[in-house]
Amino acid sequence: MVLVLALGDLHIPHRAADLPAKFKSMLVPGKIQHILSPGNLCIKEVHDYLKSLCGDVHITRGEYDDDSRYPETKQLTIGAFKLGICHGHQVIPWGDLESLAMLQRQLDVDILITGHTHQFKAYKHEGGVIINPGSATGAYSSITYDINPSFVLMDIDGLRVVVYVYELIDGEVKVDKIDFKKAQGSS
Amino acid sequence: MQAAEHDAVFTSAEEQEKWLADAMALVQHHAFYMHRALDANNIRDVLKFSAQMLSELRTSKLSPQKYYELYMRTFDELRQLEVFFREEGKRGRLNADIYELVQHAGNILPRLYLLCTVGSVYIKSKEAPAKDVLKDLVEMSRGVQHPIRGLFLRSYLSQISRDKLPDIGSPYEGEGGSVMDAVEFVLQNFTEMNKLWVRMQHQGLVRDKEKREKERSELRDLVGKNLHVLSQLEGVDLEMYREVVLPRVLEQVVNCKDELAQYYLMDCIIQVFPDDFHLQTLETLLGACPQLQPTVDIKTVMSQLMERLSKYVAASPDVLQEFLQVEAFSKFSHSVVEVIDAQPDMPLVGAVSLHVSLLTFVLRVHADRLDYIDQVLGACVKKLEGKGKVKDSKATKQLVALLSAPLEKYKDVVVVLKLSNYARVMEHLDYETNKVMTVVLIQSILSNSTMISAPDKVDALFELLKELIQDSEGQPLLDMVDEEDFQEEQNLVARLVHMLVNDDPEQMFLILTTARKHFVQGGPRRLQYTLPPLIFTALKLVHSLQAQDLPEEGEGSGSVSLKKVFQFLHQMVEALAMVPAAELSLRLYLQCAEAAGDCGLEPVAYEFFTQAFVLYEEEVSDSKAQVTALQLIIGTLQRTRVFGVENRDTLTHKATGYSAKLLKKPDQCRAVYICSHLFWVEDGGTIDGERVLLCLKRALRIAHAAQQMSSATRGTSGPMTLFVEILNKYLYHFEKGNPQVTSSVIQGLLELIVTDMQSEATTHDLEVDAFLASTVRYIQFQKQKGDSIAEQYASIEVQ
Repeated sequence: MVLVLALGDLHIPHRAADLPAKFKSMLVPGKIQHILSPGNLCIKEVHDYLKSLCGDVHITRGEYDDDSRYPETKQLTIGAFKLGICHGHQVIPWGDLESLAMLQRQLDVDILITGHTHQFKAYKHEGGVIINPGSATGAYSSITYDINPSFVLMDIDGLRVVVYVYELIDGEVKVDKIDFKKAQGSS
Repeated sequence: MQAAEHDAVFTSAEEQEKWLADAMALVQHHAFYMHRALDANNIRDVLKFSAQMLSELRTSKLSPQKYYELYMRTFDELRQLEVFFREEGKRGRLNADIYELVQHAGNILPRLYLLCTVGSVYIKSKEAPAKDVLKDLVEMSRGVQHPIRGLFLRSYLSQISRDKLPDIGSPYEGEGGSVMDAVEFVLQNFTEMNKLWVRMQHQGLVRDKEKREKERSELRDLVGKNLHVLSQLEGVDLEMYREVVLPRVLEQVVNCKDELAQYYLMDCIIQVFPDDFHLQTLETLLGACPQLQPTVDIKTVMSQLMERLSKYVAASPDVLQEFLQVEAFSKFSHSVVEVIDAQPDMPLVGAVSLHVSLLTFVLRVHADRLDYIDQVLGACVKKLEGKGKVKDSKATKQLVALLSAPLEKYKDVVVVLKLSNYARVMEHLDYETNKVMTVVLIQSILSNSTMISAPDKVDALFELLKELIQDSEGQPLLDMVDEEDFQEEQNLVARLVHMLVNDDPEQMFLILTTARKHFVQGGPRRLQYTLPPLIFTALKLVHSLQAQDLPEEGEGSGSVSLKKVFQFLHQMVEALAMVPAAELSLRLYLQCAEAAGDCGLEPVAYEFFTQAFVLYEEEVSDSKAQVTALQLIIGTLQRTRVFGVENRDTLTHKATGYSAKLLKKPDQCRAVYICSHLFWVEDGGTIDGERVLLCLKRALRIAHAAQQMSSATRGTSGPMTLFVEILNKYLYHFEKGNPQVTSSVIQGLLELIVTDMQSEATTHDLEVDAFLASTVRYIQFQKQKGDSIAEQYASIEVQ
């Protein structure tokens, strides 16, 4: 069992002061093995905070990130899964699942973590799964109105990944889960 | 009387040990003979040997600590003596006679110890009234004027008389006297003991002052014990305390003019007597404070008192009534002023500390009285008047404590903002400290999630945070400022913006304009941090106005409207662009454009796009930055549906133009094929299949050109990445049903790619292979889908 946290589009401090308190109290150091963030943190303090939760942090560049050294895309392997990260402002039309699927084919990954729309999505298609963890702070987006803060926790176990999505709705944290299974023998 | 001896300098520890040992041995020696006489009932010998034993206490050589040991040894023996005297009484001898007999002892000190011992038995026997014996003893003790010897003697008197005082309910009341006599006795003993104690200070050489003070310290409880005795007397009720005890004790405290004594005794009074006594005699007690020596740490004394009373009210909340009735706060605050006035040389830190103690008291006892708190701050401001920025670091520390206390208590900056004197106190902090305080304030807001919703409170808050938000006189030079620190501070201010929230759009807009008023004074260095959060907050306001479905123009001239907010936004982004902050401003113009588009405001949206494009053309010259900027432009434009044909054409034409002019061929290629999406917008947007195809074809041409360039310069035509990407885009548009994108076109492209990839001229790339493979897989998958998609894909053949 490997726990992977996916969260992004925090937009601190331009659009939000901080992560919601209820999220912060849940995110305890030492419990998570990897953190994947599509980007738009935006400042160093947020990067440092993520590093304090877990040593293995992967971040791609969002268009508002201070640190221009984050890469445009990233690929890594965790267990039996190949994962890719890309913020998504590069993929037009924004939020378009077919266009994102094209990126996924190009990166050749089972799971693509992306952001930019601030809206949670978990979409399974022929080539794999696309996950958008939404905005962890519920930051303003021109694309999506009425955003609830959300993030995703993936539990990778063999050929199976359980995707837990945590959403803050009216002050309460609601959890949902989705199961994905990778076909045996697929590359 | 003792001969005046130069005895104040006590010598080394070794010598002390030796002298003590010698004296103890002698005490032992005489005690032995005394015991023999006791056994033999030989009173004459008893008195003779006991007097000799007690003579050891006549020494001047011992330090207080060592003298105490000797005293205790002797004390034990005197207990035996007392028993003997009692026995004598039973045997028929009158105590009066023994009392007479012991006065024949040669030296005064032994004589007095013996008298006290007999006196104890005498009182107990009730042969004479307690009050008479006590009076006699306390006055005769005047005969010993040597400080240490006198203190221990009187201490002995106090000890043995303790249970024989004519208190209310004691066996010695009535004939033996009244509690008034008891009080009188103890007061007299106390007064004399204090005088002796103070006298120690003035003996000996000046250079030994510290040592003397240390030794005095060791003896202080002997003096304080008397107050303890007074507090234990049943008959000392509030009235007795108020009319007799306190005034007499304070008289001695003030008149002795001794720093050590004053400090100790004031503290003693406070600790020993009950809280409700203090509450009822507050004025008298506090009245003594300004009369004390300037070197006395009066602040600590008053703090102790306030601390005790705070705990009192915390333990029994119904006492609060009494506090209000006696006007405790008022008395304390007057007293503070009086003490400060009485000591013109008091350093600033002392004065401020006093106010800190008073404030702590108010916060604990009268937490609901913001007016009291403001009063304390006001008194402090008055003291600071004319002093400008405080330079003394200790005083500054106390000022910070003063300012932090209400914050910590209420955890709500809004409450603090109600204190009119708060800002005035802050003005006296030096630049660095002021900034520290502003950071404390903001962090308090953030960590307590305090929301501030009133525009006037926002205004007041930013006034407090002035040093952070604007340049000011006291600040260090630009090159001395640490860039990281500066960024952190400004980011704090940015975060703060999100805590200023009001659901009413009118009020929210007022908050925005208030914030802007303060931020624009911050200069270009700050704007890039402070304006973006304002801009996004304004965009959120646009969203909520949309939801409320208000008319475009507000109802009155003062009311908020979409138009007003967009004007505000325009001004803000423009100000940001002038910093200069081109890339950031470009992004924000696009955000505003999208928001305006969603509101149906075509001219406004067009204007924002124009500004974004101008920035792109004039200010964004870095290739990488251009690529991202263009992605954002195209992405935003693709989503915008508000434009009529003309405006749309102009903007898309420009966007495609920029795409073709990017420096690197691959970037060009990608930007151009992304532009294809500009011409296929479903749900009421543009649908132009031909223009889509044009973009795709152009992208192909650019990809070919890139191949040629690569062949010419590197010998191979490079990887086929771009071609596979373009293929995927063809598939996208094919599936959308663009009639221009036929299956034969796709088939042709597919075969081209497969062929080229097998050619030697092409750079072999595993990633491209995988990409093509997954694309082919996708096509195969689509072919097997059981709906119209499969039909579409039927004619495409793949291996």
